[in-house]
Amino acid sequence: MRKLLLLGDEAIAQGALDAGLSGIYAYPGTPSTEITEYVQQSSYAREQGIHSQWSANEKTAMEAALGMSYAGKRAMVCMKHVGLNVAADPFINSAITGANGGLIVVAADDPSMHSSQNEQDSRFFGKFALLPILEPSNQQEAYDMVHYGFDLSEKYLIPVLLRLTTRLAHSRAGVVRKEVRSQNEIRLPSDLRQYVLLPSIARKRYKHLLGDHHHFIRESEESPFNKTIDGPDRSMGIVVCGLAYNYLMENYPEGKAPYPVLKIGQYPLPRILMEQMADTCDEILVVEDGYPMVEELLKGYLGRGLKIKGRFDGTIPRDGELNPNIVAVALGMEDTVGVPVPGLMVGRPPSLCSGCPHIDSYKALNQALAILPKGRVFSDIGCYTLGALQPYEAINSCVDMGASIPMAKGAADAGMVPAVAVIGDSTFTHSGMTGLLDAVIEKSPITVLILDNATTAMTGGQSSAAEGRLEDICRGLGVEEEHIRVVRPLRKNHDEFVRILEEELAYPGVSVIIPRRECIVAIDKRMRDKFKKKQPATS
Amino acid sequence: MKKDIILAGVGGQGILSIAAVIGTAALEQGMHLKQSEVHGMSQRGGDVVSNLRISHQEIASDLIPFGKADLIIAVEPLESLRYLPYLSKKGWLISSSQHLNNIPNYPDLEEVLQAIRSVPHHILLNADTLAREAGSVKAANMVILGAASPFLEMDFTLLEDAIRTIFIKKGEEVVDLNIRALQAGKEVALQEQAL
Repeated sequence: MRKLLLLGDEAIAQGALDAGLSGIYAYPGTPSTEITEYVQQSSYAREQGIHSQWSANEKTAMEAALGMSYAGKRAMVCMKHVGLNVAADPFINSAITGANGGLIVVAADDPSMHSSQNEQDSRFFGKFALLPILEPSNQQEAYDMVHYGFDLSEKYLIPVLLRLTTRLAHSRAGVVRKEVRSQNEIRLPSDLRQYVLLPSIARKRYKHLLGDHHHFIRESEESPFNKTIDGPDRSMGIVVCGLAYNYLMENYPEGKAPYPVLKIGQYPLPRILMEQMADTCDEILVVEDGYPMVEELLKGYLGRGLKIKGRFDGTIPRDGELNPNIVAVALGMEDTVGVPVPGLMVGRPPSLCSGCPHIDSYKALNQALAILPKGRVFSDIGCYTLGALQPYEAINSCVDMGASIPMAKGAADAGMVPAVAVIGDSTFTHSGMTGLLDAVIEKSPITVLILDNATTAMTGGQSSAAEGRLEDICRGLGVEEEHIRVVRPLRKNHDEFVRILEEELAYPGVSVIIPRRECIVAIDKRMRDKFKKKQPATS
Repeated sequence: MKKDIILAGVGGQGILSIAAVIGTAALEQGMHLKQSEVHGMSQRGGDVVSNLRISHQEIASDLIPFGKADLIIAVEPLESLRYLPYLSKKGWLISSSQHLNNIPNYPDLEEVLQAIRSVPHHILLNADTLAREAGSVKAANMVILGAASPFLEMDFTLLEDAIRTIFIKKGEEVVDLNIRALQAGKEVALQEQAL
C-alpha cells in the first residue's frame, strides 16, 4: 500500500477515521490542533457523518466525548497538555465511570514550551487517573496506537490516554494504513448506573478500576509497543520512552545499541520487563521527553538501590525537549557541533501582524491608561499576548485561559482601581464567561476588553464560538447595557476609542468594551478560499 | 543517498513549500522522509525552521543532530546564520541576500552578508530579483531551492515534476513561473560552483 505522508497529528486523525470513529471533540491548541482539522477536512468523515465541530473548551469536549462513548460509539477528544488541566475534572472521573464505546483522550505535550506557558507532562495525569497510556515513537505508531487504543478501551471499558509531544505532532513521515473499520451501532452501557457517581456507586466503581490495574500492567507486558532489544554490554541498560527512542537510535546508525534497550510505548510500566532489565544490568539510563516520571518510579524516594541515570542526576538536562545530541552526551559519546552562531545574531520573536486590530486596541489602551500608574492590565492567551512585547508593553499577565477577568477582579478587590482585563473572543467563550459573572455579581470596578477578531487566530484561524453572540452573552450575564460598548479598532477611530476607554475606566462597576474587527490573516484566507471556489478544478 | 536539510526563514516566507517540493521528489524515488515543522506562535513573523531528512535508509530522529546538516537553505540572510551549529564541516549554506527587517534591532546587513561569506561553502544570491525576472517575487523560495538543487543529488527533472504536482491546482502559469525561478536559482549555483 502506498504510504501517506502525515504529521503525527494527522496520523492520529487518520487512525481514528480508519478505526471506526464516530466523533472527535476538541478546542484548538498547539500542538494538537491539526488532529481535529484533519477530520474536519476529510470528505470521508463528512460522508460518514463523523462529528468534528470545535467545542467551547476542553472540558466540554471531554464531556461530549464521554457522552458519545456512553452511547456506545467510538469517540476521541484532543487537546494540548494545558487543555487537560481544563478537562481534568471529567477526565479523572471518566476513569471511575469507565467507557462504553472506545474512548481515546489525546494530550499533546509541548516540552521546551514552543507555544505554551509550561511543559507539564500528561503521563502524570494518566497515572493519576489510573488509566492506560499510549506514547508513540513515530507517526506509524501514532496511527497504529489509535486502532490498538480503541480496542483496549472497549476490552476493559476504560478511557485510554494517548500522549505525544510537539516534535512528533508536527513532524511528517510515511504512514501505512490498515483496513477501515465501520462505526459502532448505538449500544447502552450494560449497567445504566455505571455513570452515576453517587458516593455509594463511585466507591464500587473505584474498586473496579483498582481491580483492573493488574490487567493494565499485564497488557503493557504483552504490548507490541513495549519490547526489550537485547545488547551484549550489560554495564548499562536503557529505558527509553516514546519519541526518545528515535534520538537514541540516531546515535547508532547501524541500527543496534550495544546495551539492552527497553522501548516503552504503553503504561502502566511493564513490571516484569523492568525487573528483567534491573536484574541483568549494572545501571539504568532513562531517556524520556518531558518530566522524569519513569526515572522517579525506578529510583524510588530514597534512591538507595540500583543506580538510575537521567534528568535527576544531571545526565540529561532537568528541563526542555530532548534531541539526538543530548542523548549522545548521556550515552557518553562525543557531542557534535557545527559552526558557532555569529555574535551579531539577534532574536526574532513573533509579533502582531501589520494591520492587526489588536495593535489599534493596544495603542488606544496605552493612551487611556497613560495618566495612571502602570501595571494594571491582566491579559490572557492568544495572539494579543504579544502585546506584552515591545513596542506595546501593554499587558501584565498571561496565566491560563480566562484568567484575565478574575485576576482583574481580584486586583480590584485589593483596591487596584480601575483594573483592566484584555481577553480574546474565543478565549472569552472558552473560560472567560464565568469570571465575568463573578465580577457582575459583586459589581467589581473592572473594565474588560473583549478583543473580537471573529476567529481563534493564534492556532490558525478556527471558528470562534463567540461569533455573533458576545453582546448577548454579556447582557445575559448581567453587564449593564450602557456599559457594553462596541468600537471598530482603526486608526481613524483612535480618539473615539480612547474616549470610550476613559469613560468606562471611570465607571465604578463592570464595563465591557468590544473592539471588533476581523483578523487580517482570516480575511486573507477567506478571500483566497473564495477565489479558489470560483476557479474550476484543473486536475 | 541521505540528505539532512535545515530550512530557515521568517513565518510566511514559504519554507514549507520548499520542503514540500523536495519531499515530493524524494518520495517519487521511494526514499524515506522525516520533516519537522514549526506551527503555532512563531508563525506570526517570528523565525521558523524545518528539519527535512531524506534517505534511502530508515531515518531515526525527526531532528537533525548539531554538526550533521548537509545543507542550510534559507530565504532570509539573518535566519541562515541562526542554524549554523547544525551545519556539517562539508555542508553548504544557501541563502537569499534579500533581508526581511521586521525587528527593531536588525544587525547591519553588510555584516550579516559578510558572516555568510565567511562560511567556507556558501551560495548567496538575491532571490527576489531573480524571482521577479521569472515572473513574481513570490517565487523567491523556488529560486533558493534551485540554488540548492545541485547539492541535493537528485535528478533536476524530479524537482520540476514535484513543482508541477504541487502547484498545478493554481494553474499552468504558476507552475511555469516556479519552474523558471527554480532554473534561475540553479544557474547561479552552477556559476558559483565553477568559480
